[in-house]
Amino acid sequence: MTLFFFLNLKFLSHVIFFFKSRSRLKSCWSIYHSEAKTKSKAKAPKMSPEVKQQSPAGLNYDETKLTLGLPGSGSKRGFSETVDLSLGSSSSSSSGARVECCDQGCVDDGGVTTHKAPAAKAQVVGWPPVRVSRKKLMKSCKYVKVAVDGAPYLRKVDLEMYNSYQQLLGALEDMFSFLTIRNCLNESKLMDPANGVEYVPTYEDRDGDWMLVGDVPWKMFVETCKRLRLMKSSEAIGLAPSTPPRCRSTN
Amino acid sequence: MNYFPDEVIEQIFESVTSQKDRNAVSLVCKSWYKIERFSRERVFIGNCYAISPERVIERFPGLKSLTLKGKPHFADFNLVPHEWGGFLQPWIEALADGRVGLEELRLKRMIVSDESLELLSRSFPNFKSLVLVSCEGFTTDGLAAIAANCRLLKELDLQENDIDDHRGHWLSCFPESSTSLVSLNFACLKGEINLPALERLVGRSPNLKVLRLNRAVPPDTLQKVLARAPQLVDLGTGSYVLDPDSDTYNKLQATVVKCKSIKSLSGFLEVGPRCLPSIYPILENLTSLNLSYAPGVHGSELIELIRQCVKLQRLWILDCIGDKGLGVVASTCKELQELRVFPSDPFAAGHAFVTEEGLVAISAGCPKLHSLLYFCQQMTNAALITVAKNCPNFIRFRLCILDPTKPDAVTMRPLDEGFGAIVQACKNIRRLSLSGLLTDRVFLYIGMYAEQLEMLSIAFAGDSDNGMLYVLNGCKKLRKLEIRDSPFGNEALLKDVGKYETMRSLWMSSCEVTLGGCKALAKQMPTLNVEIINESDQVEIGVDDEQRVEKMYLYRTLVGKRRDTPEFVWTL
Repeated sequence: MTLFFFLNLKFLSHVIFFFKSRSRLKSCWSIYHSEAKTKSKAKAPKMSPEVKQQSPAGLNYDETKLTLGLPGSGSKRGFSETVDLSLGSSSSSSSGARVECCDQGCVDDGGVTTHKAPAAKAQVVGWPPVRVSRKKLMKSCKYVKVAVDGAPYLRKVDLEMYNSYQQLLGALEDMFSFLTIRNCLNESKLMDPANGVEYVPTYEDRDGDWMLVGDVPWKMFVETCKRLRLMKSSEAIGLAPSTPPRCRSTN
Repeated sequence: MNYFPDEVIEQIFESVTSQKDRNAVSLVCKSWYKIERFSRERVFIGNCYAISPERVIERFPGLKSLTLKGKPHFADFNLVPHEWGGFLQPWIEALADGRVGLEELRLKRMIVSDESLELLSRSFPNFKSLVLVSCEGFTTDGLAAIAANCRLLKELDLQENDIDDHRGHWLSCFPESSTSLVSLNFACLKGEINLPALERLVGRSPNLKVLRLNRAVPPDTLQKVLARAPQLVDLGTGSYVLDPDSDTYNKLQATVVKCKSIKSLSGFLEVGPRCLPSIYPILENLTSLNLSYAPGVHGSELIELIRQCVKLQRLWILDCIGDKGLGVVASTCKELQELRVFPSDPFAAGHAFVTEEGLVAISAGCPKLHSLLYFCQQMTNAALITVAKNCPNFIRFRLCILDPTKPDAVTMRPLDEGFGAIVQACKNIRRLSLSGLLTDRVFLYIGMYAEQLEMLSIAFAGDSDNGMLYVLNGCKKLRKLEIRDSPFGNEALLKDVGKYETMRSLWMSSCEVTLGGCKALAKQMPTLNVEIINESDQVEIGVDDEQRVEKMYLYRTLVGKRRDTPEFVWTL
């Protein structure tokens, strides 16, 4: 019985910890900021500053109290307030910048809106304290070639610039101007409206196999993708799913 | 009253070399002040706005070596707008006008223009050494002027500068008659290099000891250059991508073997697989290894390399070495004095990182460790207490937990006790950077124990003004205090305003100090410049005293308000 209680406390401590450090950089939790903020100071709730006495299991329930306070009300600035969310120019209000999921497979559900500009990842200004020349090393950059069947030359995209498949498709749509995204149920496809040719996004993974884009979580995809190919639907026999009867365009 | 004639005293002063000692000597009496100032050759100005160039030249007419620092430290992390200040030009103009026999110039975080470099190169015929660290504002054209005009140039050392690369012929600007080079570091240049010019330059520089190349220098040029400079003591490679089965590889390997004097190695900005064995022959003599820009060196290759560096005293590395790798360092590098572990790409395949375990292992294996910069995922009090026990000789201890408010990873408590143990055990600690979840308690410890502390960096820490007050009260030797995102306000700021005159500078950003508080401070202390940096688009700054100040930088000065402030900087 005590064991059960302890396990519960441990679980609780994780949950509390989650609430306490809601917006930490590169944490294991995926969170949304509910509004796009240019100056993030005013609205984020402040954490209760006092470290009160500890309960036997090392938990501090007082710490978890989130108190909404007006700016300048004197309580401690939480780390969350310094997060500077700078979205691309076409930011929409319903989705904020996303903090990365952890490696343990938080599933990215693919983004809320189709941003034309890649949404910047949430960053605290000046943290971690490394010089700009080093920051460039830290900033990962995963350029992969993109081939489109029938196009005369290839392009390159930096997969690290995007947080979801939807954003990637948006970028491809920009890059190859003859393509538009069509959304069919829960699938997005690229097609050339001029001749009705549909393209299936595929990628070559680390093992050299050609896979359909969209099956694995986004982060895993970024890690394993070596290059992209937009394959004509007609050629993608066995890979592409059968086309459902009705498709609606996003644009 | 002097018992000796001036000439004798001058002789004695010649052996007094440290800046601190010289300053002390000059305060003894008027006579000593006079003798000291005429014999002083090296001057260090920690804040270029604390004094004017004219006054420096007037006091030290024999000036030969000048060190200047400009922007505050947090400028390294993009917290200070680029045009804030720290311009070299007025200094060069004054030095030129004053006909100073300048031979050496060392700059840190200054804005340097091509015009300044050009003027510098023409004004001082004996100029020998230029060291630029974290500077910006110039291009390779400025370097060309230095190369062309400084006939006696021995040292051109460019560290981590932001240089506009015009794909210089700057290297070809070294005249054929120039044979005096001892040290050349252009690793931070981003552009192409005239490779034959480089080879010829190295070939005619028999005294060359330090050579750090940039990414644009390929392995075959490296081989040619090494072949002409086997006397090198410090080498920074450029690109190190080559086919291990090729001729170039074999040649390079054979050449490296002959470079018996290399004690310091860096670079490897790009590395090919299986290329590293070519440098194994020089590893056993290395005292300094910098792989912090070498993400391509990782895993077992990295471990294999480290295992051979038995004499290492200084190691700069990326955190992809992992705790296990640090264990190897601990068991191999018994002479280690300085360790820096930098954060790397968190999404790289197979990314490892370091935790408290790696640090504990290092502290146990490397008792001579005195300088640490450690970026890690997590830390615990227990680990810090162990580290403090193992290594009581820390002079510099900088810990950066990547999540800045993370508590003890095991107990979830603040890290106050851990850092407290560090300052208590390390009686000589001069520089400290904190991170993790910290309350006012850690500052109580710092105030109590860190008697030699000169520089303290605080981020996201503390609960109340008491924290800052403990530090200001307790650390008598404090010179630089930089604070960001911590709840310290006017009460702490204004409690002891005289303290700031004993310090070089104070930086506070995203804290609780208000405009009114800063104004009050500026009013009470006319010998301080209290600068407010306001980058927002807010129209009405300066009206509401209750308004929190986003960025404040104050420093003591003998020359009052500076006249080159940009529009977003307001001196109160």
